[in-house]
Amino acid sequence: MKEHTIRERTGGKEALALFREADLLSLGRWSDNIRKALHPEEICTFVVDRNINYTNVCINKCSFCAFWREEESADAYLLDKDTIFRKIEETIGLGGTQILIQGGLHPALDIFYYTSLLSSIKERFDINVHGFSPPEICFIADASDLTIRETLGMLKSAGLDSIPGGGAEILSDRVREVLSPKKIKSSRWLEVMEAAHRLGMRTTATMMFGSIETAEDIVAHLDAIRQLQDRTGGFTAFIPWSFQPGNTELGDSKPGPTSNPSYGATAVEYLRVLALSRIYLDNIENIQASWVTQGLKMAQVALRFGANDFGSTMIEENVVASAGVSYAVTMDDIINSIRSAGFVPAQRDTYYKLLRTF
Amino acid sequence: MLSAIAKKVFAGKRITEKDALRLFETDDIFTLGALASHVAGKKNGVKAYFIRNRHINPTNICVNRCKFCAFSRSQGQEGAFELTIEEIIKKIGTGQNGRVRGQTASSKKSSGRQVAHHLSPITHHGISEVHIVGGLHPEWPFEHYLNMISAIKKHYPKLHIKAFTAVEIDYFSKISGRSLQDTLAALKKSGLGSMPGGGAEIFSEGIRNRLCPEKIPGARWLEVMEAAHRVGIRTNATMLYGHVESLSDRVDHLSRLRGLQDRTKGFQAFIPLAYHPKNTEIEGSYTSGIDDLKTMAASRIFLDNFDHIKAYWIMLGEKISQLALMFGADDIDGTIIEEKITHSAGALTGERLTAEQLVDLIQKAGKTAVERDSFYRTVRTFA
Ligand code: SF4
Ligand code: SF4
Repeated sequence: MKEHTIRERTGGKEALALFREADLLSLGRWSDNIRKALHPEEICTFVVDRNINYTNVCINKCSFCAFWREEESADAYLLDKDTIFRKIEETIGLGGTQILIQGGLHPALDIFYYTSLLSSIKERFDINVHGFSPPEICFIADASDLTIRETLGMLKSAGLDSIPGGGAEILSDRVREVLSPKKIKSSRWLEVMEAAHRLGMRTTATMMFGSIETAEDIVAHLDAIRQLQDRTGGFTAFIPWSFQPGNTELGDSKPGPTSNPSYGATAVEYLRVLALSRIYLDNIENIQASWVTQGLKMAQVALRFGANDFGSTMIEENVVASAGVSYAVTMDDIINSIRSAGFVPAQRDTYYKLLRTF
Repeated sequence: MLSAIAKKVFAGKRITEKDALRLFETDDIFTLGALASHVAGKKNGVKAYFIRNRHINPTNICVNRCKFCAFSRSQGQEGAFELTIEEIIKKIGTGQNGRVRGQTASSKKSSGRQVAHHLSPITHHGISEVHIVGGLHPEWPFEHYLNMISAIKKHYPKLHIKAFTAVEIDYFSKISGRSLQDTLAALKKSGLGSMPGGGAEIFSEGIRNRLCPEKIPGARWLEVMEAAHRVGIRTNATMLYGHVESLSDRVDHLSRLRGLQDRTKGFQAFIPLAYHPKNTEIEGSYTSGIDDLKTMAASRIFLDNFDHIKAYWIMLGEKISQLALMFGADDIDGTIIEEKITHSAGALTGERLTAEQLVDLIQKAGKTAVERDSFYRTVRTFA
């Protein structure tokens, strides 16, 4: 197979062949070279932030999600403002520059809950609010009878800075029909992102694989992201992560064609997807390694397979921890891991601006 | 930069210690992986092995109390345990699917387990090997170990017994006043089939003195292994890396193993062991995943006279072990039912993978999964 570089765009058919046939070491070498061309300083960044899940009540009940509860459930919760403020204060105390605020689709909340929450945060704190993935945005819009654009505009003026790329799963409606039938369709996910970018908000993009998707689905997903990025340039980073089977409805179901849900994607599959993402997404600067789903050792290896960012230090992580993959990882662990993998650790802000190197 | 080394490797020539150091130092893990895969391919084709085995630790009471050992206890200390021979036999009987391959009708009865009704189908494989290592018990006489081995053999005549590290053998020879050769020959006669490779740690004297001054010197470890090979006992070899050693210490270690193997051909597999820092008296961090893969590959390339390189999944984690199959490893060890030693030091993996999971990991790495016996003979190939 011919070498893949940053100078030449990889087509969809080519990507499919690469994903199916290229050996892992070649994929790794090409993606590592592309990463080097984009980030020659051998720096690996991370952001210090806290994941605040304001509610676990969710009407969507996606089959891969171990987090949601019914409103009446005994362990259902909705955080009050004071709790959220305290968490933000602690985050700032720990050198955090961002909060990632996300939650379930709570039937009792509408736009005014969100705008009031955002402005009360901004009144008190100087922190980047990275929040509300597209399913939440759509839910707020529907609950309040607003267009997506109006919703985003109101959230933005209330203080929302940027949007996380969650809820993308696999942008294939066939797969979504099985995984998350109630979740927004692919086109709506893309629509929210495009609208956000047009309003000048930066966002990330994710992909959750290792469930029931095919190789075509993966390439189609990457292609949808790349096309949108060509139009808007609004994505800061791409984050592929693998489905975590523990404790979810999907985890108990039958294996799909490209996966073994008894334990999600294996290491080889994770690195193949990661490397392919780096090769295909030539217009996205940053690729994140997912230590939360893969563990630190794999995240280190990922730095040679296209990734240049370790994501967040995750002062708190509820969603993934409830599926049985929790690691008690400190910022020091992150810094040491990056360094021992042969890279220079650096803290960044939401927009990938370097704040300090270690 | 690596092209001179690559040339040698592709020509099937031996690489030097200096070359090996280069391999450890490079950031080019892709070339390393390719070279290691080339060597592994020449030795084992596309095969990747695993074995159904069970680990048993007869006791964690140990007179040595090595600093990095989170497993051992002093006698009388909380958490100290010792298994009777009866208990060991019973534990083996509760192996995979509750049975042991080759278990005879009479031995079944005497092991007291109700397994008879699902013994018949041959597709139900049991374990084929038991792996026994433990602490250096202050009171057990050498005869106790001989009795242990022969009792196991009597109950499970077809079960392969892989037991006792060089550290234990040295201790047996001391407490019994026998020569190494006599000690080993007596064990072999009782039914010992082969020996694991533990206790090698790192040979380099300075580092060894810091890491485990309580343990036999590297030279003695090699002497025990040489004696074992001479009486016809095959063994493995290990290296503990990622603590306080330098890269040249690693090369020195590999080089001494390669030298002994040239003389005896008694080693079956080399197993690099990543250091686990938790719960031990020595500070340190986990090795990086990249270091694990590089060490695997450099070892595969340098140890040209070893047939097998093992990625011990319980220490590396299933993810890195799977990747190791693309970095020179051809064996991912077993479906291990109990593993106390690493787990007390904070290993990252669960205690058990099923054979199905191992096969899946191997196949997704593009290899052919082969269940092996203790001498790497094929038990079953998974298409
Ligand atoms: S993934 Fe999100 S939308 Fe789906 S059930 Fe979980 S919280 Fe709700
Ligand atoms: S490493 Fe072995 S010899 Fe050392 S204390 Fe632990 S059990 Fe004893």
